[in-house]
Amino acid sequence: MDKTATSYCLKNKRDRKEFIYGLKDGMPIALGYMAVAFALGVQAKAVGLNALQGFIMSFLNRASAGEYIGLRNIAADAAYFQIAVATLITNARYLLMSSALSQKIDPNMHYGHRFLLATTVTDELFGISIAKKGYLNPYYPYGATLIASLGWASGTALGITVGNIMPDRLVSALSVALFGMFIAVFIPKAKEKKVVAVLIVICFALSFAMRSLPYVSNLDDGMITIILTVVISLGAALLFPVKDKEENGNDA
Amino acid sequence: MTHNIYIYILIMGAVSYFIRVLPLTLIKKPIKNKYIRSFLYYVPYVTLSVMTFPAIINATQSVYSGIAALIVGVVTAYLGLNLLGVSVSCCIVVFLIELFI
Repeated sequence: MDKTATSYCLKNKRDRKEFIYGLKDGMPIALGYMAVAFALGVQAKAVGLNALQGFIMSFLNRASAGEYIGLRNIAADAAYFQIAVATLITNARYLLMSSALSQKIDPNMHYGHRFLLATTVTDELFGISIAKKGYLNPYYPYGATLIASLGWASGTALGITVGNIMPDRLVSALSVALFGMFIAVFIPKAKEKKVVAVLIVICFALSFAMRSLPYVSNLDDGMITIILTVVISLGAALLFPVKDKEENGNDA
Repeated sequence: MTHNIYIYILIMGAVSYFIRVLPLTLIKKPIKNKYIRSFLYYVPYVTLSVMTFPAIINATQSVYSGIAALIVGVVTAYLGLNLLGVSVSCCIVVFLIELFI
């Protein structure tokens, strides 16, 4: 895979084993991804992407919310700069996860592995990597990411290809799959932390307001999301700064 | 469409990678500033909430099935169902309600 590695290499039996563990643990994630990516594909199709474009987009990004926002921006024919900012904001949480992951690896790990490990940071894959004991063997997330990314990307391509021959009723049902996944991320946190629960109510209210009020609702969808995310998160950070202990919980 | 979809996709991919690779290669120590940490901590929940509502009630063929999906999603997630389970529950309730509308 990469000969730049000094301490980790697929030639080692230990690393091959970790790679296979990764493939195994990545399997259920891949299946889950495929179902959700299918719904993303239906959206991508509506925006005008073909199956190849959908596959490439999902393989490169591996970020449901980020890709969804990207599609909204593509639909709005947004400027390139705007889609870059939207992606940056929506995926900003990976900065935090990646920072956490940097503490989980051998400090002397070769840069080649650091560059590759960056591709393994998604909510679920980060979750299983961080759950490993001791220093992380990079081949574990490589295996999991390989199979999960293929599931994610092919699910998107499939949604684009067969999404349009499916009955409207089924498409309508699938169109809430992504939102269901979003809900499954923020509700458990709200249950755990009151501040987050209150924030969600504020988010819903402001989002509804900005999308229905005159003038403001003329702004495009992606822009409204960026503005609300920055303003609300900044307000929350200033008013309710998080203590380290709370933060290190199950943030995956 | 005046913009190229491939360029859009490459920009998205490059930015996503940049975000992920930066901390792993540059930041050897965790971010110390508690406000930046807190901001990053809140971002995922805020952005996902903002994207979910009211979009979810406009995504389906009927507003009512969308509202039902939101309620079922919140309840199943609260009860601790996993990512895929919540997602599928939302889809099923929309499908069932739209059979009768």
